[in-house]
Amino acid sequence: MTDLDSLAYTAEHEWVALSGAIATVGITDYAADKLGDVVYVDLPAVGAAVTADAVCGEIESTKSVGELYAPLTGTVVEVNDAAVDDPSLVNSAPFGEGWLLRIEVSGTADGLLDRAAYAALTGGDA
Amino acid sequence: MSDSVPPPEAPPRYTVLRDRHEALGASFTDFGGWMMPVRYTSDLAEHHAVRTAAGLFDISHMAELWVHDGRAADFLDYALAGRVSSMPVGRAKYSLVLAEDGGIVDDVIVYRTGTSYFLVVANAGNRDAVAAALTSRRERWGHAQAFLDGPPRGDGAAVLGADAPRIEDVTDQVALLAVQGPRAQEIVAAADGVEITGTPLADVGNYAWTEGRFAGVPLFVARTGYTGEDGFELLVENARAGELWDALRAAGAPRGLVPAGLAARDTLRLEAGMPLYGHELSLDVRPAQAGLGRVVALDKEDFVGKAGLANAVPDAPVLVGLIAEGRRAGRAGYRVYDASGGAEPVGEITSGALGPTIGHPIAMAYVPPALSVPGTLLAIDVRGTRIPATVTALPFYRRTK
Repeated sequence: MTDLDSLAYTAEHEWVALSGAIATVGITDYAADKLGDVVYVDLPAVGAAVTADAVCGEIESTKSVGELYAPLTGTVVEVNDAAVDDPSLVNSAPFGEGWLLRIEVSGTADGLLDRAAYAALTGGDA
Repeated sequence: MSDSVPPPEAPPRYTVLRDRHEALGASFTDFGGWMMPVRYTSDLAEHHAVRTAAGLFDISHMAELWVHDGRAADFLDYALAGRVSSMPVGRAKYSLVLAEDGGIVDDVIVYRTGTSYFLVVANAGNRDAVAAALTSRRERWGHAQAFLDGPPRGDGAAVLGADAPRIEDVTDQVALLAVQGPRAQEIVAAADGVEITGTPLADVGNYAWTEGRFAGVPLFVARTGYTGEDGFELLVENARAGELWDALRAAGAPRGLVPAGLAARDTLRLEAGMPLYGHELSLDVRPAQAGLGRVVALDKEDFVGKAGLANAVPDAPVLVGLIAEGRRAGRAGYRVYDASGGAEPVGEITSGALGPTIGHPIAMAYVPPALSVPGTLLAIDVRGTRIPATVTALPFYRRTK
């Protein structure tokens, strides 16, 4: 089980696991729950440049479409093909097998929320 | 009309089953002024359960109005688009409340429960509009009938004449539960405490109803629904709704029944090609545009909307089904283009999703009649990308009997 306190978060309901310059990104269980069953994940290509707070992908559920925002600026180094092939992973393991992409961060990783701040944002439901 | 209709600014309400939904971990959404379960666990699992076994829906947000006594059948022939008077007791009929100009105020199901006794089930969001339409139409119709019956007697009570029916909004007093799916009959029959005293369930036809008792109170059981599957809708007084929910779940659990929310209900009805008011139907849509021309009994002498429908709108857009490849679905409000890459949209999607049973993106959309022929290739603008889509006959899904 992922230690949720060790992750960073965004106001757009993404989580970020930083390991050196590599940030692994997914959406939170709160976001997955709000979306409902995810049926389609559209991710940027490996090698694509992404900009913090800019849309870099889409997550569609049966009922709605959510935009995926890049939490940090950098270059996409890996995407989770398993989640593209089986989007239900985003619901079943949002912090694990349902991760979405890895970014090599350029510059500093700032502007993220800690667990307490994110929990406060979601009214304690997260 | 009941005094208990909340003012429009009233906060969303919950049904009497709120505690059960919360205990099941439901997410809620505001629908027609009611906080309703949108899903319990997985909307896809709930959808598939209804197609393969059964789902249990709380649809107590729907509005229930009794229209009874006087010449209720003749009145409803005037107030609604269809011919209600020729329907036998025991049957139900899909109908429309039309505006004077032929636009759609609501779509309803009318159940004939007695010679002069009818249950009208309307959409939650249109409760007030339907109640107001029926009430004002009763005034007009009642005055006309009273006049035909003879000169007014001068006492206020008789001004509508004996022909005018009573209209009672009982939405706040009753709960409506739907058991939908191939195992629905088996589950209702097995539910502890449900006793059918009218036509046996097995003999109740589609769009027919029977009656019974549950925990000492009357139970109304109709073979109607909004999923494209066989199923029943059960009307019971609020005080017994929780027990009925529990009994249906208990009987259903070993048979694959799961509680199902509005998300599944929406994909189920979309696959079944059933319109949703506010999406496919509105005051700006005439029945024929939505493929509901058959619902209107144009040969009736008079009914609200008849004069308006006489003024045909040439080339009015018509509702079609669209089916696409891949997994990206068009959604309500997305533009539809012709296949040639034209800059101007030719239509708009009213509902769309990745159809869980169909396995393809599906949508309903209004397009010009010339582009409505099944097989016509069109394109949907999905957030900046045009996805090819083919016009297809509705429904997308039809159950095998």
